[in-house]
Amino acid sequence: MAKLNLSRRTVVGGLAATGAALTAGGVSAQGAPIRIGELNSYSRMAAFAVPYRNGMQLAMEQINAAGGIAGMGNRPLEIVFRDDGSTPGDAVRVAEELITRERVSFIAGAFLSNVGLALADFANQRKVLYLATEPLTDALTMASGNPYTFRVRPGTYMQTKMLVEASKAKGIKRWAIVAPNYEYGQSAAAAFKRLMGEAVQGFEVVAEQFPALGRVDAGATVGALAQSRPDGIFNVLFGADLTAFVREGNTRGLFERRTVVSLLSGEPEYLLPLGDETPDGWITTGYPPEQVTAHNHQAFVTAYKAKFNDTPRLGTVLGYVVPFMIRDMLNKAKSTETDAMIAAFKDLTTETICGPVTMRGIDQQSTLGAWVGETTLNGKLPTMKNWRYVDGKDVMFPEAEVRAARKA
Amino acid sequence: MDLSFLVIQALSGLASASALFVIASGLTIVFGVTRIVNFAHGSFYMLGAYMAVTILPWLFEFDRSPTLFFVGVVASAAVVGVLGVLMEVLLLRRIYKVPELFQLLATFGVVLIVQDVVLKVWGPVDITGPRAPGLRHGIEIFGQRFPAYEMFLIFVGPAVLGALILIMHKTRFGVLIRAATQDREMVGALGVNQAMLFTGTLFLGAFLAGLGGALQVPRVAANTGMDLSIITEAFVVTVIGGMGSVPGAFIAALIIGLLQAFGILIFPKITLVLVFLLMAVVLVVKPWGLMGKPDVAAGRAILPEGILNLKRFGGVEKLFWAAAAVLVLAIPFIGDAYKVKVGIEIMVFALAAFSLNLLIGNGGIVSFGHAAYFGVGAYAAGLLATGPLKLPMEAALVAAPIAGGLAAALFGYFVVRLSGIYLAMLTLAFAQITYAICFQWVEVTGGDNGVVGVWPSRWASAREVYFYVVAVFSILAIVALRHLIYAPFGYTLRAARDSANRADAIGIDVRTHRWLAFTVAGAAAGLAGGLYAFSKGSIDPTMISIGMSIDFLMMILTGGIQTVMGALVGAAAFHSVKDFFMPLTDFWRFFLGSSIILIVLLFPRGIVGAVDTFRERFGDRSAAAGAKAPVLAKEAA
Repeated sequence: MAKLNLSRRTVVGGLAATGAALTAGGVSAQGAPIRIGELNSYSRMAAFAVPYRNGMQLAMEQINAAGGIAGMGNRPLEIVFRDDGSTPGDAVRVAEELITRERVSFIAGAFLSNVGLALADFANQRKVLYLATEPLTDALTMASGNPYTFRVRPGTYMQTKMLVEASKAKGIKRWAIVAPNYEYGQSAAAAFKRLMGEAVQGFEVVAEQFPALGRVDAGATVGALAQSRPDGIFNVLFGADLTAFVREGNTRGLFERRTVVSLLSGEPEYLLPLGDETPDGWITTGYPPEQVTAHNHQAFVTAYKAKFNDTPRLGTVLGYVVPFMIRDMLNKAKSTETDAMIAAFKDLTTETICGPVTMRGIDQQSTLGAWVGETTLNGKLPTMKNWRYVDGKDVMFPEAEVRAARKA
Repeated sequence: MDLSFLVIQALSGLASASALFVIASGLTIVFGVTRIVNFAHGSFYMLGAYMAVTILPWLFEFDRSPTLFFVGVVASAAVVGVLGVLMEVLLLRRIYKVPELFQLLATFGVVLIVQDVVLKVWGPVDITGPRAPGLRHGIEIFGQRFPAYEMFLIFVGPAVLGALILIMHKTRFGVLIRAATQDREMVGALGVNQAMLFTGTLFLGAFLAGLGGALQVPRVAANTGMDLSIITEAFVVTVIGGMGSVPGAFIAALIIGLLQAFGILIFPKITLVLVFLLMAVVLVVKPWGLMGKPDVAAGRAILPEGILNLKRFGGVEKLFWAAAAVLVLAIPFIGDAYKVKVGIEIMVFALAAFSLNLLIGNGGIVSFGHAAYFGVGAYAAGLLATGPLKLPMEAALVAAPIAGGLAAALFGYFVVRLSGIYLAMLTLAFAQITYAICFQWVEVTGGDNGVVGVWPSRWASAREVYFYVVAVFSILAIVALRHLIYAPFGYTLRAARDSANRADAIGIDVRTHRWLAFTVAGAAAGLAGGLYAFSKGSIDPTMISIGMSIDFLMMILTGGIQTVMGALVGAAAFHSVKDFFMPLTDFWRFFLGSSIILIVLLFPRGIVGAVDTFRERFGDRSAAAGAKAPVLAKEAA
């Protein structure tokens, strides 16, 4: 075995260099870097995770060029990136590796909700800080929330609430729901029923479809939805399922004279592949990179374009915002002791390219928001119109509900 | 529900069925001739779609005409067909002589490599291809609009079926395909150039997969998940139809397409499990699929693929395994916390793999769904520890093997009635049904998020202590299973594996023995699952997924299914390779796949098998004595 190991190492050693750059050192910053372990589905969910990692690298470089962590003797920030294997089993092992081998101060990342929940529980058990950046499941900050886990992105409930707020004035009563058959889809559907039911008198769901993730039978699904003759459609499909659904729906006229409310579809990750078939006027959460100007946003867009020759995605924004939150947290904690970092994170406000973001103490959920608007085509390029940035603090779970859910 | 809706929904179902048939027909032809369970078929499908989104826009620069669309689609399929030939010539041809399961391993290596190559070449973003010119619009049927392109697809399936029937009956190549499907050995004995036949078949198979992928382009965006999303469904179609039967695949695709279209009206969440339920029912009722025939070779005594020369440990082996055991037990003293963690996982997987090889290597029961019992054990342990009962870890760990054993007894009752690939696919179906239950029963199982907080009792909460808990359980279980292999029970199983008829004739109750073996293996896997759950702190459906079952298969194949201890070495090697590459690069799947293929090419009998071969060649006495066994087996054949 030992011999085999050696030969493998020599073969792969050279190849490893061709992989993504794993680390970046500081320039003006000095001293031993503060290491953070970031694990994500860079392989399976590359469309989201790679722009996210790029955003993180850009932010890290900027922070280190500006002197690193001022509160800790200008030590630079160093992020160690790892693939989480897209399963909870692999992720927990990788997290262990990051903590014991790479000696990271805390862990961050994860895309899939079940991976995020497993990492949160692992953090709780090992008493390390876990900054869940991308997973959307509400369980992370509610029923399964724990003192060691903080979440950045607005969760399923928050994003659904943004959409309900934006569309309830239309007073549509007959709704059809289509969502991927897993936790994200199910809880989005449940949140929509609850919130829209409260907002609109006589609200009813006339059809529900839950195709398997990545395997939507678009023709049959569109047929089933059309049959119920809804006035509004709430869509939670994304990625390849969304493209198939949109094409089929366009050809069959499903979206004509109907209001469509669609979760995440405005994010460039999912919007761009729709190309010239992008439907007009879907109410959606997303991100129009070229249009946002507030909070010096365009400087970020320009810097990102210069470095990676690509327009930023929503993942990029998230990846770019997170290191600044970490910087402010470390500046405040002046330590990498877990307890100090947790205390510092609670109710910490960071100025970001999306405006001020606060890590609410009660459920350890950040107030990072999302852009809510309508899908449209600008020439041949899909984008959003009539959008506005909705601050996360306006759509969070009520505090009483949080207290009831988080008993631990 | 009015009539027009029913018609439209039926048409949608027919269109899906037609597309599915094109893909599945290639798979069934390849299996019929080569007997290879070609996992890479899904990869060819994906490559077909990526080829089309690359070629079609380029062609449309010249002229946006329907003719060029078809030229582009066929060209994409042809390119993929050539890739299929490459795979045959470079890889499969070298391993036709090794056990058939190794070919499966090799094709799975190809799947991993293609995934990362596609990611590298075309990037991670979904690529939306152009629509078919002239077929963009909807056709008005009973006042409802139906896509013209899907109307066209409905006719593609029967057209492909017709073309295949013509090829099969009017060309020499087709006649040979049918002959080889019926009796491959006889075709070889008659002096047919098998290499050419196999290359041609792989071209046809990959061409059809590529065609299926290219035809999807006007409907779905080319994306990196296409391969795995189609492959299980394609397998299900071929199995329901009867492996090797093209008309059978057509009927099966029709049934699935229509069931899917109407099933979602009644059960909107059914898509996850529908096809597997159907497959389980069909196989229980018709063990050879709808139109498949019993394999003519099934009655013959053939050289079995499994443990042949059972020998007790010689001096060297005793020393080696004692040293290995001591080394493993010393990990908490010599390694850091992470090594301990990896050590726990390797021991758990070693137990699961060993239990699988009790079935495959020893019993000839090829299970593609062993993760079901691993997962049931994990869920039983996890739910008892966190659910309303809040049982302590000790009780949960007792429950895990019981649950795994019960599940295996239930499913095994049906499984052991079948044989060969049908048996394997039934185990897969049961595993998927179990997966779907854990996935869908959110109130109890937590759905796909799973359940967290499955941690060991306080006394065992230290990583090192839990390491020894796992060590004690897994080593004892492995020793017990090994004892079983050497006991008369093991000999009985091997007798049933080598010739069920003869075993039956001398009074062995083949089915009951197989059923018992299946139950015992399920219980051992369940124990492994329980141990795994407490080491991870959570349970979730990925523990029951097809990927997990494939991992177990990879482990025993890597180690060598013809050896008793190979499963342990395989588990350690496979897990180490994965663990080694994952932190290095995003493209770890590429390296994992390459490692698998290297192992298949270098050690066609697995790592431990290779060691045995080496020792035979260099005249080790104990090995030479054991080597007589295969000779005897050959004589029997």
